[in-house]
Amino acid sequence: MVKKVFKFYYEGFRNMTWGRKLWGIVLLKLFIMFAILRIFFFPDVLKRDFTTDEERSEHVLEQLTNP
Amino acid sequence: MMESIDMSLVDWSRGQFALTAMFHWIFVPLTLGLSFIVAFMHTIYVRSGDEEWKRITKFWMKLFGINFAIGVSTGIILEFEFGTNWSNYSWFVGDIFGAPLAIEGIFAFFMESTFIAIMFFGWNKVSKRFHLTATWLTAFGASLSAVWILVANAWMQHPVGTAFNPETARNEMTNFWDVIFSEVAVNKFLHTVTSSFLLGSLFVIGISAWFLLRKREVLFAKRSTVVASVFGVIAAIATIATGDTSARIVAREQPMKFAAMEALYEGQTHAPLVAIGAMRTDTTGLPNPREDFIFKIEIPNALSYMVFLTPSGFIPGISDLVYGNEEQGIMSYDEKIQRGAVAIQTLRELKKAKARGDDATYSALLEKFQDPVWIENYYQNFGYGYYKGRELKELIPNVKLNFYAFHIMVILGTHFLLLSMYILWLSLKNRWGDHKWLLWVAIITLPMPWIASQSGWIVAEMGRQPWVVYELMPTISAVTRLSPGAVQATFWIFLGTFTALFIAEIKIMISQIKKGPEGK
Repeated sequence: MVKKVFKFYYEGFRNMTWGRKLWGIVLLKLFIMFAILRIFFFPDVLKRDFTTDEERSEHVLEQLTNP
Repeated sequence: MMESIDMSLVDWSRGQFALTAMFHWIFVPLTLGLSFIVAFMHTIYVRSGDEEWKRITKFWMKLFGINFAIGVSTGIILEFEFGTNWSNYSWFVGDIFGAPLAIEGIFAFFMESTFIAIMFFGWNKVSKRFHLTATWLTAFGASLSAVWILVANAWMQHPVGTAFNPETARNEMTNFWDVIFSEVAVNKFLHTVTSSFLLGSLFVIGISAWFLLRKREVLFAKRSTVVASVFGVIAAIATIATGDTSARIVAREQPMKFAAMEALYEGQTHAPLVAIGAMRTDTTGLPNPREDFIFKIEIPNALSYMVFLTPSGFIPGISDLVYGNEEQGIMSYDEKIQRGAVAIQTLRELKKAKARGDDATYSALLEKFQDPVWIENYYQNFGYGYYKGRELKELIPNVKLNFYAFHIMVILGTHFLLLSMYILWLSLKNRWGDHKWLLWVAIITLPMPWIASQSGWIVAEMGRQPWVVYELMPTISAVTRLSPGAVQATFWIFLGTFTALFIAEIKIMISQIKKGPEGK
């Protein structure tokens, strides 16, 4: 069954004619998004700066209550 | 802290989010609309066995694939931005937003990796019926995938089914069904998907018109148009019906947005609907600035009738909402600001009581956040508290932008309905393609559904400003305190990347359209 599914996908991608350039663009896009933007420009600020949910709550409460 | 917040940070963060969302929305409606049209075509092929329908299906499936591949995952960037640029907001709404987005992510993954693969690779490899089922599941899966993100958006517009936990500063879901079946969520979903179906139909009609104009693939173009125009007429009627319901809901739940959509400053009964108009900014009026009409054509009583189904219904204007209207039971923004400030102060005192270990005060304050009367009177105005000491005009959305966006959407929607109906009528009489001017109209109309769809989102999102979560959290308290320069940098990176991807999509699409359907 697994072999059949693998063969289905493998042959599908292999026989693609118009889609190869497209897949190149898709892979480049995903690389830019996850390997560059996510890592260097878009950290999850609360996860990065605090280790526990309690600390995160404290921080957000501080931000919300000091207008 | 809020008095000193750098507004350029808020503006750049909003601009970045808007850019990403609008780019994402280039692809999504075409995926939603075209997937169903392909499924209808595929069904006709399986039922008739006519090879021409197979060519037709494969051609539109190819364009669907290009759009899907270029657009896939562009929405994930929005989730990156939540964590980086809107961290207070992410925390505040986490439990509500997290659940629908997680379901959407899992659902989209399974759909994309299974049904779409079978749809594209399944020709002559799986049975015809199984293949057709995969095509239909792709179409339904795409729309169902959209449900979750629209539910999350609807909750931000109309937060229901949740309770605020002051100990964690998070909203917690109290009733899942209230969240997903709120009137706002259901109508938002229906209006969004039906308008996307219409967009897909006009895409097919426009490209088919191009083939007919060049006298190429005439049978292919005419058959494609029949399917698209039938689907388009039904979708256009449904879009207008759900748009009408949406306007009524907005008038009730977000009256400031509704007043801005019509640039209505003074509330009135027998309110007219502005069919068309142009405005200029008057900086001397109150609330300052104020948009005045240079000219307008009105339909008497229509606005009141649209909302209340009677011309005597009172539609509050921007002034009524800002300064209050006792006669109509409308509370002024000053009063809401005072109440919101009390809610923020209570939360601050609760935090302090916890820090000094004052259990009695802490319990008493905590009880307030569980008291429905206190919640109704104070917590419901929480977001207004951030505007204490700020100018009232910050609580008014951009009237000019909302007015124009709303009217562009409505005018284009009417054009789409009339055009689809006329083309369907001509198609059924086998006269579609006889009039060169109409073919040009269909081609020129092709990009217009995107303009209408984006305008709709501008109304939905700009009209509710300054709120991220309606009346509870404004943009100034939701934003992460980053350097505006860093946000600007990512804005320009996105603009460059998105422009390149958009050009790639257009180029690949055009080259495949020029090639036409294969296999004759």
